[in-house]
Amino acid sequence: MPEMTYAQAIDHALGQAMAEDPRIVVFGEDVVMLRRELYVRFGPRRVRQTPISEAAFLAMGVGAAMAGLRPVVEIMMVDFIAVAFDALLNQATKIRAFSGGKWNVPLVVRTSCGGGYGDGGQHEQCLWGLISSMPGVSVAVPSNPQDAASLMISCLQSEDPVVFMEHKLLSDYWRDYLGGGSRKTVAFDVPENGRIGKVEIPVKPFPPGKGKVVRKGEDLTMFSLGVGVHRCLEAAERLEEKGIQAEVVDLRWASPLDRELITSSAERTGRVLVVDEDYSAYGLSGEIAAVLAENGLRPAFGRLGTEGVIPYDVRREAKVLPNAARIEQAALTLASV
Amino acid sequence: MRMSAETVPVEELYRQMCRAREFEMALARLWEKGLISGEMHLGIGEEAVAAGVVAHLREGDAICLDHRSTPPLVARGVDLEALVLEMLGDPEGLCCGWGGHMHLFSREHLACSSGIVGSSAPLGLGFALASQYLETGGVAVAFFGEGAMNQGMLLESLNLAAAWRLPLVLVCKDNRWAITTRSRTVTAGNLARRARSLGVPARRVDGTRVDRVWRAARWAVERARRGRGPSFLLAHCPRREGHFLGDPMLRVYRDPLGQVLEIAPPLLRSLLARPLSRLASRVRCLGQIGATLGALGLELLLEADPLERSGRLLEPSMRARVEEEARREVEEKVMRAMERRVSRA
Ligand SMILES: Cc1ncc(C[n+]2csc(CCOP(=O)(O)OP(=O)(O)O)c2C)c(N)n1
Ligand SMILES: [Mg+2]
Repeated sequence: MPEMTYAQAIDHALGQAMAEDPRIVVFGEDVVMLRRELYVRFGPRRVRQTPISEAAFLAMGVGAAMAGLRPVVEIMMVDFIAVAFDALLNQATKIRAFSGGKWNVPLVVRTSCGGGYGDGGQHEQCLWGLISSMPGVSVAVPSNPQDAASLMISCLQSEDPVVFMEHKLLSDYWRDYLGGGSRKTVAFDVPENGRIGKVEIPVKPFPPGKGKVVRKGEDLTMFSLGVGVHRCLEAAERLEEKGIQAEVVDLRWASPLDRELITSSAERTGRVLVVDEDYSAYGLSGEIAAVLAENGLRPAFGRLGTEGVIPYDVRREAKVLPNAARIEQAALTLASV
Repeated sequence: MRMSAETVPVEELYRQMCRAREFEMALARLWEKGLISGEMHLGIGEEAVAAGVVAHLREGDAICLDHRSTPPLVARGVDLEALVLEMLGDPEGLCCGWGGHMHLFSREHLACSSGIVGSSAPLGLGFALASQYLETGGVAVAFFGEGAMNQGMLLESLNLAAAWRLPLVLVCKDNRWAITTRSRTVTAGNLARRARSLGVPARRVDGTRVDRVWRAARWAVERARRGRGPSFLLAHCPRREGHFLGDPMLRVYRDPLGQVLEIAPPLLRSLLARPLSRLASRVRCLGQIGATLGALGLELLLEADPLERSGRLLEPSMRARVEEEARREVEEKVMRAMERRVSRA
């Protein structure tokens, strides 16, 4: 199993799938440089550089998918999807239902998300809650190279719209592009096991909507996605020193949610902490609470998410985004219940 | 309408250009030191456009800016210390450390900015509508790049501004690039004609010559003030510091060995990835990447510096004095901002 960075793993999986399936085409802004390895390998017919016209080219992806292609449409940062929301909200996710199930839209939206490098509230959002709230779309949020590769294959095999979210703190090139700029004077809190790791080749898909227990524990369960998973693991280590065994679940998908795993783990530990880098209201944590309630469970419940607009100032940003210290604190409060 | 050279306030315009340049260079130094976080897009190369347009604005006029927002803000008279402190994320910054360099707002100047490409134009529509409705006599100016001209909301704004005869001046800063993309490879037709086809009169102008920008902007702002509706200025200007500080494409020139060692091996692997059937096409694609980098390098070498081009309009001694004053002013403000920051920390 070769070692790859998170970003390499995604492009490796995409390259593997493109070599097998000529229907896959990639388009988006700056892809000639950003995806230069795929561009050289597959050429300008399949890796196509767009103008800054998200509304048009995302909807173009919908039409192309309906016509039999397998488009991978890149929205540089998920924040920018706002400009093209119609394509997802009123087109891609409606067509299967509107056609009475006769027409599906195998569209992959590839986008980056997340903060932790001081870019401010218009470029660091996660928005997986907002997007998952639409019926008819799946949302993958990998936390490490193996998951990134496998979830990309799962997305490419989906018969319906999926959004694949690459966390910018885990992707070396995004972090360097947007935060570092080759400076030695800045440092970011990057989870090493998310940034780089072994990837099984050929890459195999993971089942959609299935999460994974990444750390076993009996006293409480932490549910998270993306970078949050690593923050939870870090907090779990500290909690262990205090005699608390935290279970950590990487949900991998914001949608569909792994309801079985959520209920089984919560039932066992009796305490649930949702750690969500996305906005805390009307999102993942509320959805998990609903899943628990619908299954007749009433665990002690807490949530840590992003409250309000993400501040530009890196010191305040670090306090707003879920970090290990805050998670530890919240877990201690829950454990005392 | 021809204007004699005397009517152009060259000294004042050049002063604003120098202030903007000094300020951008100071920001670059702070960024290098790691004191400014995130993406830092400088407006180096756009000083003549900023100075030439903003010079026509009065109180009550609005400016809506993109991600290269500091030169127009400097020219508009926004407090430099507050700007520096904002970049540092300080609670005493222009936006109390909440906005940062892509999201700068000054309510008293009716100045706003956004990192969402294209969004300055529809915001400008709103300010223009309010001026028209309230009969304030104010105008709104929206600044954006040529890349933004392919954004739907911007094209919609051109039409709406013309249909409602709104007092909006649309200033397109054409630096030929949108991040790593050469804009002409993804843009059909001609931008000035595009604006005209939507009912917005357009003028092209050399964006490195502040006197020319000033004249074109006077035409545009006067039209808007007299209730004749929107206009479009297409100002050509260079992008001298890449897309943002630390731009990897610029690094190819500034640190060739390091970049080649990083980029070349994976590209070579792609060239030879199996099945090997399309080798000729792959070589062509590699050539494309090389050509893009080459174009960037050539432009860096050949493109004129607006400070050079516009500075020549002044007597050498006067020019030197203006430059020195701007340098000292910015240096002082930056120092004071840093002192304030340190004293509170
Ligand atoms: C809606 C949206 N799409 C993409 C981006 C990413 N982006 C930031 S700047 C930029 C290029 C803008 O080009 P141009 O308008 O020509 O301005 P320039 O940077 O050349 O000054 C892009 C694509 C964004 N910020 N917003
Ligand atoms: Mg441009």
